[in-house]
Amino acid sequence: MKRILAFAPLVIAVIFGGFFLWGLNPNRDPSEIPSVLIEQPAPEFELAAVEGLQTPGLSRADLTGHDRPIVLNVFASWCVPCRAEHTVLTNLVERDGIRLFGINYKDKPKDAVRWLANLGNPYERIGSDLNGRIGIEWGISGVPESFIIGTDGTVLFRYVGPVVGDEAIAKFREALTQAGALEERNS
Amino acid sequence: MHRFVVPLVFMLLLPLSAQAVEPDEMLADPVLEERARVISKDLRCVVCQNQDIDSSNAGVARDLRLLVRERLLEGDSNNQVMAYIQARYGDYVLLKPPFKPSTYALWGTPIALTLIALLFGLNIVLRGRRKSALPELTEAEERQVAKFIDNEKSGDPS
Repeated sequence: MKRILAFAPLVIAVIFGGFFLWGLNPNRDPSEIPSVLIEQPAPEFELAAVEGLQTPGLSRADLTGHDRPIVLNVFASWCVPCRAEHTVLTNLVERDGIRLFGINYKDKPKDAVRWLANLGNPYERIGSDLNGRIGIEWGISGVPESFIIGTDGTVLFRYVGPVVGDEAIAKFREALTQAGALEERNS
Repeated sequence: MHRFVVPLVFMLLLPLSAQAVEPDEMLADPVLEERARVISKDLRCVVCQNQDIDSSNAGVARDLRLLVRERLLEGDSNNQVMAYIQARYGDYVLLKPPFKPSTYALWGTPIALTLIALLFGLNIVLRGRRKSALPELTEAEERQVAKFIDNEKSGDPS
């Protein structure tokens, strides 16, 4: 018994060391909240078009039945990072043929129209979520957020925050490739 | 003295007025409003994490407070409201984690550590008691001690 007890400090050190190793891992983001939507069907919703915009509104039915997974992006004109992300999304649409749908989150229609007129409109459809209720259905914590949705309406991936910078873009492209929305490029 | 005390009292009172729940959010029915407050104290704000939505000024927290009240007005029970929000934001929004296989360690560790500590403590106490229970002196020893004391007394009167 005494001999076994002599190993106790070592065991405790190993347990604590393991926790520290896990906790100090720079790739671990302690504020990351796992989404409950992953591998789940997308929530039911129906949003009218942004007033004054030619782009039609968005409902859950619009997200399904495409030949490839699509991207749903939650954005707002008042959100500064969205402006930076806009270029990345436009590139994905124009160069890679990604199909992009948008939810305009808690935005004044007038501001959204002006914002899209200035920066260009890569979205196929945009739903106007004036009071943020549909944002809650999607479990978002802020804007921007992007979801990859499978052809059958399953949520495959969620990205919280702007897809800006090489690391984030690489991560998002990898998820797109995995989902089958993007062909792998060797270059 | 007054010059210090009055501003100090005001400064200490100031934080009490800083409430996140705004008057326009509150329900007219005080009973429902009270229930809404209770529920929103158990829901975590997903923006400013580790703050409940009752005291958070974040936009999403406000939306969730409004949603809680909306559900209550529609006749949901407290548990139904919690389940509604949990279905959208996951276990993470609950400030009290649920008891299920993935959280057994979380809930069980304090109890297990307490038990271990008690066992160790009990062990030490019992061992100490066993040592203190010394065998009694034999008659010969008693006599020896009495003789020793007598000698001491007669030899040294102080």
